[in-house]
Amino acid sequence: MKIALPKGRLLKKTAALLRRASWELDEYHEEVRFYHSRSQKFPHMLAKVFHEKDIPIQVAVGNYDLGICGSDWVEELLAKYPSSSVVKLRPLGYGECALYMTASPSQPAMVAAMKSGDGVVRIASEYPNLAESFALRHRLSLFNIFPVWGGAEAYPPEGAEMALISVAAEAELGQRGVVPVSKLLDCEAFLIANRNSWEASDLGDVVASIGDKLPAAEESRIFTGVAVAPEKIARRPAAKKDADTVRLALPDGHQQQPTLELLGKCGIDIDDYPSATGNRRPATGLEGFTVKVIRPQDMPLQMANGNFDLAITGRDWLREHLYQFPSSPVRELLDLKQGRVRLVAVVSQELPDDVPGLRQFIARRAQTFRVASEYVNIADRYARDKRLGPYRVVPTWGATEAFLPDDADLLIENTETGRTIARHNLKIVETIFESTACLIGSAEGASRPVKRERIESIVKTLRAAVEDI
Amino acid sequence: MKIQKCKGMRDLSPAEMAVFRLIEGVFRDCCLGWGYREVRTPTIEYLHLFTSAGTLTPGMLGRVYSFLDWDGWSGDRVVLRPDGTIPVARLYIDSMVDREPARLFYVDNIFIFEETGKKSRERWQCGAELIGAGSAAADAELVALSLEVLKRLKLGEVEVKLSHAGLMKALLASLGLSPEEQASVFDQILDGNGEALACLRASNPALEGALLPLLNLKGQSAGFLRNSRALLAQHLPGIVPYLDSFMDTVELLEAMGCKYRIDIASGAGFEYYTGMIFQLFAGDEKIGGGGRYDALIPSMGGGDIPASGFALYADRLMNLIRPAELAGPAPKQVLVRVESQEPGVLAAAFNVAGQLRQAGYVAGLDLGGREPEGLRWVLGVRGGKPPFSLEDRAGGSRAEVGAIGEVLELLEAEGADENSPA
Repeated sequence: MKIALPKGRLLKKTAALLRRASWELDEYHEEVRFYHSRSQKFPHMLAKVFHEKDIPIQVAVGNYDLGICGSDWVEELLAKYPSSSVVKLRPLGYGECALYMTASPSQPAMVAAMKSGDGVVRIASEYPNLAESFALRHRLSLFNIFPVWGGAEAYPPEGAEMALISVAAEAELGQRGVVPVSKLLDCEAFLIANRNSWEASDLGDVVASIGDKLPAAEESRIFTGVAVAPEKIARRPAAKKDADTVRLALPDGHQQQPTLELLGKCGIDIDDYPSATGNRRPATGLEGFTVKVIRPQDMPLQMANGNFDLAITGRDWLREHLYQFPSSPVRELLDLKQGRVRLVAVVSQELPDDVPGLRQFIARRAQTFRVASEYVNIADRYARDKRLGPYRVVPTWGATEAFLPDDADLLIENTETGRTIARHNLKIVETIFESTACLIGSAEGASRPVKRERIESIVKTLRAAVEDI
Repeated sequence: MKIQKCKGMRDLSPAEMAVFRLIEGVFRDCCLGWGYREVRTPTIEYLHLFTSAGTLTPGMLGRVYSFLDWDGWSGDRVVLRPDGTIPVARLYIDSMVDREPARLFYVDNIFIFEETGKKSRERWQCGAELIGAGSAAADAELVALSLEVLKRLKLGEVEVKLSHAGLMKALLASLGLSPEEQASVFDQILDGNGEALACLRASNPALEGALLPLLNLKGQSAGFLRNSRALLAQHLPGIVPYLDSFMDTVELLEAMGCKYRIDIASGAGFEYYTGMIFQLFAGDEKIGGGGRYDALIPSMGGGDIPASGFALYADRLMNLIRPAELAGPAPKQVLVRVESQEPGVLAAAFNVAGQLRQAGYVAGLDLGGREPEGLRWVLGVRGGKPPFSLEDRAGGSRAEVGAIGEVLELLEAEGADENSPA
């Protein structure tokens, strides 16, 4: 019996629930050090910790009999693959959130207007499948979905007309700087099962042990697209943009501190970055620049679409983008020489630790070789170039180490010191490349002289600061 | 690891290809005879082509094969063509406007995801489009053309079921449903859910009275439509123009001796249909369908150009036709067996096989292995003299022959015997 448990936002309450259910898990507490866990109460159970978004997929493909995750991710899977083998067993009474289609207050994206409107409706979301069903259901005639790793609310109005986001309460939308267009879904933590396991295995005791500890709860429902707002939001004209303004994207997450230090060294002030309130549009004293804070993973694609002029991201994500879109105009302008990590191929201890050995290993066995990674395109290219065929790439959303050895055979991971990999009892086959933070821009450059000069000037300032390090 | 065929996809074996080509050949001959010209559009198109207003139902769009191309960073996805008509309309707008009417046909595969993987996800269609003509005669031409193809395929009894998209929409509009509900019911009918209206009736008894005309519009004559018109025109004046247009087509078909059945609520087809819809059945099996789509080309920015078309489902026809009745006599086959491995002799064998092919025979060298099925003639080629021996498996005879001309004479003489009545 195998169960997939969430890390992240649901970790604390899920751990508490399982404690009340007396599972006595050895490794699933408020901090997760190891991804594998055993239960005293159910000795035949193996629990494994995943990023929440991976759990419905892992359960659907049959790697896990049971799982706990937000119902938003179950619906996201079912939106594209309605015949997935996932059964929603019961809501767990915590982790409530709601998915809203949102727009910028300066440019309310009313669905009706969109339908008749000219031009393409761009929707940014961590939930691309639900975003697409929304677009189809509302008969948007031209739409593009931008899957993003996070911070979708930062995209409207410049980078997208709408963003599909998850919030704990509707009131939170205002803080995130967006207005609701339509509420799609109420969600909460759910116990889910693989359909075959649910029909064929005895999961009764395990499920009952959780069920006893729950308050009675109502089934969450999908709202089939009735717009709840905004009937009459006045169309305010968007703030007038100066065509010479340079649009700079800065990273959120752990790259914030080093980025702030580097900019500080150049004498560039950014207010409220990193922001305690999640402000994604910090002010800057830099004349002629605007700043937006988004995920570094999402920057190259945004740059390719002309939504930014400069961005600070990692070479790993630039390369991931260029592997997917070889003719993209995005280029590295400057190596910032910080945040150094290695992209490595990793296997468990039992597997050969060189590529020829892996090839022999693959040739001898019947199953498809599985390569798990957050870097889908780099992983695909690696497996293809190294002829690790027949292989399959398993996209993950983090905690990739958890996939070895049961749910994948090889990982493509970034590592700073290699310690995490060693701690999970894994070994490195080889380093694929080294990645550092870098400044990226468009190969086409800016056509307007003032803008071009502004870009060249900041690149020069940053280069001086980097060379001084 | 075992190499597998992709789930939901289909191979066509030599025998199946022969059947496929028979159907394709009959379809092409008929279309060319009616003045239609063949086109072929790319397998990959932009998804936008199919999402633009009212071209495919959301149900169908949810099952297209779409992906990002290598330069698709803008998010513009491409699809494996899920429909044959829309790409042809695009081609027309791209490069053929001002050539009305355009009579075009195609034999293409389309791709639609099908959940179980038991039915094919790749389907072959023989389609014809008549662009730039909006009359009842144009509708009738397409019905007649499709029936001619099916007749020449010797399919036996084919049932023509008629409906009318405009009439259906007008009747749905009279139900007092919200526009979303109307669109949803219309889409369900188009997606082939014949029960959609019955469900609506069950879930909403208040609609009973209003739904009756929609459910009851079934009959087998134009007279029936005329009477319905008299009955409905008082309450639902909005439907009169649609009924009139439908009646024009139906009367013409009747005059042409075409048998049909009218069932307004069974309009399986495409969201882009605006007028007459026809479906073709052999027994219970739907083997094709078509209709008028006057709003499609305008909605794609191609100007106010009416159009209609149909498609026959080649995969289904392959199971229904009897190839033996349709195929002409198979060309006679001669196996050239080389009795020496000397290059000179082999070259002579290739040469003689070439001469046989020129004379209309199927001729190839024996490279070992199993002989072709139904083989009658084996021509031995050797280095010595006489250079040839011709074996007749059917007659059990074997002749030594000195020159290729003699071989041909022998084959011809035997062939004449073969074809003469016993």
